[in-house]
Parts: sequence; structure tokens; C-alpha cells
Amino acid sequence: MANAEKKVTDEHKSPLRPETRVEDSRFRYTLGEMKRHRSAYAMIAPYFILFLVMTAVPVIMALPMGFTNFNMVTFPEWVGFNNFYTLLMEDEVFLISIQNTLVFAVITGPLSYMMCFLLAWFINQLPGQLKTVFTFVFYAPTLAGNLYTTWQLIFSGDTYGIANSYLIDLGIINGSKQWLTDGNYIMGVVIIVQLWISLGTGFLAIRAGLQGIPGERYEAGAIEGVRNRAQELMLITIPAMGPQLLFAAVIQITTSFAAGDVSRFLTAFPTTDYRAHSIMNHAFDYGFLRFEMGYASAICFVLFLSMLLANWGIKKLLGKYLDG
Amino acid sequence: MAKFKIKKRKKYSGSLGGDITIFLFLAIVGLFMLFPIYLSVVQSLKPREEFFLFPPRLYPIRPTTQNYTELFQVAGNMWVPFSRYLFNSVFITVVITVSQILFSSSAAYVLAKVRAPGIKILNKIIEISLLFQSTVTFVMVYLVMAKLGMINTYFAITLPFIATPLSLFFMRQFMGQIHDSMIEAAQLDGAGHLRICWQVVMPNVKPAWITLIIFAFNGAWQMTGYSFIYNEALKPIPTVMEQIKLSGLQRMGIAAAASVFIMVPPMVLFVFCQSNVIETMAQSGLKD
Repeated sequence: MANAEKKVTDEHKSPLRPETRVEDSRFRYTLGEMKRHRSAYAMIAPYFILFLVMTAVPVIMALPMGFTNFNMVTFPEWVGFNNFYTLLMEDEVFLISIQNTLVFAVITGPLSYMMCFLLAWFINQLPGQLKTVFTFVFYAPTLAGNLYTTWQLIFSGDTYGIANSYLIDLGIINGSKQWLTDGNYIMGVVIIVQLWISLGTGFLAIRAGLQGIPGERYEAGAIEGVRNRAQELMLITIPAMGPQLLFAAVIQITTSFAAGDVSRFLTAFPTTDYRAHSIMNHAFDYGFLRFEMGYASAICFVLFLSMLLANWGIKKLLGKYLDG
Repeated sequence: MAKFKIKKRKKYSGSLGGDITIFLFLAIVGLFMLFPIYLSVVQSLKPREEFFLFPPRLYPIRPTTQNYTELFQVAGNMWVPFSRYLFNSVFITVVITVSQILFSSSAAYVLAKVRAPGIKILNKIIEISLLFQSTVTFVMVYLVMAKLGMINTYFAITLPFIATPLSLFFMRQFMGQIHDSMIEAAQLDGAGHLRICWQVVMPNVKPAWITLIIFAFNGAWQMTGYSFIYNEALKPIPTVMEQIKLSGLQRMGIAAAASVFIMVPPMVLFVFCQSNVIETMAQSGLKD
């Protein structure tokens, strides 16, 4: 509380400040401002100290790794742009993985984002307890964690597989399909499972945003002539949701670019003919199976740059709606 | 009182027909979402001989809790007592969840609402670090912790998961919506940053931090912490469940029971938190 009082007395002095500000150098002014806000710095300290040690330092250590040969045993050896040259010019599997990641991101990214918003908004239209029930239903896959064993049972290649057995019964297919090993189906199966699991963080963020819109706004809207759901959505709901919509967009894009877990746990690794081999899978292959950490870092660096680009694009595209 | 308000709020717009269409649509998509979870529960209730029936059944013919009793028998016969694993999981989950809420909320308030030198740069750093997901970083985290002597301690499975960019960015997005006038009013009343954050801003972003509790709890509860912990007595429950799952066909039912067992606590917490948000937010309207 001592800080609070100090701050108030500082505020009272503020009419005098402009004069001193002109005389002081910019540095002195900044220093003064920092002193004035020292309680604020104390508040961010616990988070940012942990962030620095546990996130920032590892990331900064990882960046130059891309320019080295590093097998996790001997000291990294500097090789310049060699890794990047090999990656872009000689590694055919990497080109396949870029293609897969793009296809995957373009399908699951926007689709899951729209699902997040649409379903969250639909749920918001329902009365009280039904909201909880449906929010639970759609978030349940994330709560359940990795049910890959169950998905393997569903898409199992023999006739004991649920998908095979029921699709044959219905006459849609006439023999069992190798969903998880036939190159023609892998991508489709992985996309279905990814969409199933993708109503996670972004969805719940949008739900929380919708829950935070005060009821009076809708009341006021109704008085001012909002007649149907579409008008309510466009005039009241979306304008109040900017920060959450941006958050969800960033999350959905990031997860669809960095996807790889689903295909790694669900199907054999690597997938048949690399049909669902994503950039993250490629990095995993080199980093944890071949122990070529330098090369894996280069792959991750390229992925990071492309995500930066995608993120920039999203902000440009949605920027005027999502001022967050 | 709260319930009454919710019912009233529904009537501002939208027809009954629209309500029914929306309900049906949600119900159909919902069935697809629930199906694999339902199937896991079914598998866990099947006696062993029913796993190999043809055609595969979507329900147990003679449901049994045998798999669950066997799960606890197996868990009870382990080298380390099951209560120890349970303690580890609860301890890790509570530490991560509580400190994530405390640290990210304080930091998010400053990043969203205080204009002090350097804050803008920190905002940019958080936004960029959100994009840096990398298997390589994971190795570097290991190296950093090894240097700090934290491998094989509780620190290794708590500290790296507290200051996540996601939690801070999430809280910041919500706190940015709080109107400055509210904060200025509190400042005039003599409140400092810490007090404004916890007594003025936090009550107004209740859906946000309740959602963050769900994220944090869910993530911490499912964590295995494999390469950071090798002392069996420090491992959390998911590692045990994974071990049981890996023991092959004759334990298929037990594996399904383990999956179901592990998903129950986050689900209970979720339902509790969600119904709480809906009841309180129906009547608050301080945000502008």
C-alpha cells in the first residue's frame, strides 16, 4: 500500500511535470517513468523471470543451432547455410512435408476456426444449463486427452474396425480399407481426427468471450431495433469479441501449422509414402530418431518463419475487425 | 435469481424454429464429438471375451467393472504405492494451475493496462513466442534445466509449464477490454497496480480466469514429464497409465479403463467451472 500512496502523491505533482520534462533528457525521463511504475515491474517479474529462463533462453539457444551440425553428444560444429541449402535444394521429403503442411493448414486452420466460432455462438443461443452441456460436449475431446487407441480401433484395417464393419454393412464400401496405411486415406483420416480434437483452446476462449458480454447490451440492442439473430451477431456480438477472435485465430493457425502429433500417434511413423508427413514430423524424424539436431533446428526455423508470415497475413486480413 | 435472468435474456431475438434448428445441429455434431469417448467407456466395460466378437459391437453385452478392479489391482501392486503417484499428480497440477493464474494475471494486467517503458516490447515478444513451437526447444529446455540441476526434481515438471505465452496472451486479450475509466477511478481512490489488478480487474474478467484454470489444470493433469523425471517416486499418474496401456492385447480392457480414469478429474472440474461462469455472468454488466 505504501506504493499506492506514493503513486498518488506523484500524480498530484504532475501539473509541474511538463516543465521538468523539457529540461530533462529523454533518458532521465524514461528512468523517472520506470521508477514511478516500479510496482508494475514487480508484478511482471515472477512471470518474466520464469519466461526468460524456461522459454526465451531455450528458444534463443535453438535459433543458431540451425547453422550447426549437432548430434547432442559432441559440441555443435558451425556449418553456415549448409543445412538450409540441403533442406531446400536436396531434401525431397521436406518438399513433400511442406506441401502436406500447407494442405493440412489450409483445410484444418480456417475450418476449425469457423467451427470454433460458429459452435460457440450457437451454444450461446441456448438456455442456461444446455450451454454447459454443449460446451462440455465440444470440449470433451480435449479433456479426454489422447484417445488415439480408440481412433485406431475405429479405423482399424481389418473387419473388426468399426469404420470398416459399419461401412461394409451399409454397402458403401465392399471390402475392408486400410485407413491408416493406405496412402489414399491417411490424410483424410488425420484431418478428421485433427478436426475432432481442434475445438480446444480457441473454442473455449470464444465461449468465455461470449459469456463476458453483458446482457444489457442485447437488451439495448432489442430496444434499438435489432430484429433477428444475424443482426444481433453482426451489430453486438462480433464487435465485442475482437480480442478473443484474434486469440482464437492465432491459436488455430499455430496448431494447424505445427500439427504432427495426430499422424505420429495414430498411424505408423513415418506415414506410407510420406502422405501425411508434416514439417513437424520431419523435424521429429531428424531430431529424435536420427539425432541430427542441427538439421532439425533448421527445419523448425523455416516453420517458424512461415508461421510468422501466416500470422502477419491473418492480422492484415482481420486487422480492422480485431483491434486487439 | 440468476436462472430467472438467463431465461429472460433469451427472448430478445431469434425464433423458436431457429432455436430448434440450432439445437438439432449441435446435437448431431455433438454425437460425432462424443462418439470416440463413448467408445472408450464401452471398451472399458466389456469383459475380455467380447473384444473379439464379430461384428464389433458399440455396446457391452454383459457390462462388467472387472477392468476397473483389475486396473486398481495392477496399480496397487506397483513398486511405488499408487497414493504416491496420485500425490505427485495432484501436487504438480495444483502448483502449475495456481501459479499460472497468479503470475499470468498480474503480468497480463501490466501488459494490457500500464503504459510504462518497455511494456510495448514485452507485448511483441509474447506475441512472437506464441508462434515458436518446436521440438528443438524441448531439447534446449532440457539442457537449461540440466545446468540448473533441476532434472529429476519437482521443479523439472512444474517450472517450465507456468510462464506459458498462451496464458499471458489469453489474459491480456480479456483485460484489454476493461475500460480505462474504471482503472482511473480506482487510481483516484488511491489503489496501486496490484490492488487494481486483483480487486477491480479480475472480478470483471471472471470467465477468462475460470477458463484459464481449465486450460492449466487440463494440461498439467495430462503431463507425463517423461524425459525430465526418471525417479519412479516422482512420476505423475499418466506415466503409470501409459505403462499399463503398453502391456498389450490381454490388457486391452484395463487400458481402456485407464483412459477413462484419467479423463474424469478434468471433466468434473470443467463442469463445475463452466456452470459457475454461466450463473455469475448473467447479471454482471460492469464492462463497457
